[in-house]
Amino acid sequence: MANSDHIVLLDFSGSPFVMRVRLALAAKGIEYQIKEEDLTQSKSSLLLKVNPVHKKIPVLIHNGKPVCESLIIVEYIDEVWKDRCPLLPADPYQRAKAKFWADFIDKMVHPSSYKVWAANGEVQEAGKKEFIDRIKMLEGELKSNPYFGGETLGFLDIAFLPLYYWFHTLETFGKFSIEAECPKLVAWGKRCMEEEFVCASLPHPHKVYDLVVEYKKKMGI
Amino acid sequence: MGEVKVLGASLSFFCCRVEWALKLKGVAYEYLEEDLKNKSPMLLQSNPVHKKIPVLVHDGRPIAESLVILEYIDEAWKGYPLLPEDPSERAKMRFWARFTDEKCVLSAWAACCAKGHEREKAIESAQESLSFLEKQIEGKKFFGGETMGLLDLMVGSLPNWIEFLEEHGGMKLLDEEKFPSLYEWAQKFINIPIISERIPTKEGLINYFQGGQNSRHTTGK
Repeated sequence: MANSDHIVLLDFSGSPFVMRVRLALAAKGIEYQIKEEDLTQSKSSLLLKVNPVHKKIPVLIHNGKPVCESLIIVEYIDEVWKDRCPLLPADPYQRAKAKFWADFIDKMVHPSSYKVWAANGEVQEAGKKEFIDRIKMLEGELKSNPYFGGETLGFLDIAFLPLYYWFHTLETFGKFSIEAECPKLVAWGKRCMEEEFVCASLPHPHKVYDLVVEYKKKMGI
Repeated sequence: MGEVKVLGASLSFFCCRVEWALKLKGVAYEYLEEDLKNKSPMLLQSNPVHKKIPVLVHDGRPIAESLVILEYIDEAWKGYPLLPEDPSERAKMRFWARFTDEKCVLSAWAACCAKGHEREKAIESAQESLSFLEKQIEGKKFFGGETMGLLDLMVGSLPNWIEFLEEHGGMKLLDEEKFPSLYEWAQKFINIPIISERIPTKEGLINYFQGGQNSRHTTGK
């Protein structure tokens, strides 16, 4: 798989789900074209064509074939470009653990984070507590490793790192400190940010905050 | 290949998927029925995050979440592949597997529970989800092609559940005229011996919701 590949990523700046795909592509050194969707406007005909079921980003279009859902896309990238930088471990049990926790992030952590940045009052307060409780469980999975993937960044690091980039946004809206509650997780995030491919592919956390403020304003949230 | 246990509940349509996969792979396992109103220490220890069934315990190592478990089974035991080889086809199968749980299951339940004006809308939404599955099975013997695959196992217990919900809720969802291919696949699938010997039945579900409860403790093959 080399120069003949044509890869397009349907993107929306600031989306933590798109960020996962950007990280996976960058980790593997894959070149691609970005097509920015504006989710505050009506969805493009291309998006509706390539993801008719959910009508959501990210969508990766590889040589004309669409792949949807961020974790499925990351796993797809890992399988197609298996010659370099494996994201999932080789051992089936370790793979299952990584997928379990990535699924946990989607089902349990993201919904809580939404309450922190998009809600207020009691719902936001409950969201903050829920969010911290849940990321503390994830923090436990780091154990004594520098990354969730062990000695190098892997699938679960990529699944969670975008949310680390959202910490500043969540802390600002929620008026709380995530570092005070989860210092190990914040140390992990800072360590990841030192990787060149990470910084090169993601907007800075302060930029994420600006994007979210703009999004909230346009969507009336 | 080590000791295998399945912690499950006989009426759960998530659990039977795991047993079907093990049977297809020819893996011997011990089945342990959980009383979900009085969860065992083994379940709470094996799945401290969600405290839910199914849990597969392989050589003392637990794996939770049915889709994660199915993929683990496919990787840990060779023979009878549940996922295709091609990464693009694998991504599609994973997409529809998630769609089954996130859309079909939830929308069928919502249609059963909806009242008044919301009822028609909910039924429409549930049928829209089924129409996507209809397109996937059209012209095929199984979702997996010539042989059963991961998606067949994911969708497999849905027909009986839908039949129960239809009776419980007084409505029609899996309409033979609207979804002829899905309906035909369902009738054949639930009568395949390894499937039918371990599938939640409409009668069992009716009995459960009326206050009785089925239970079993068995050793599977």
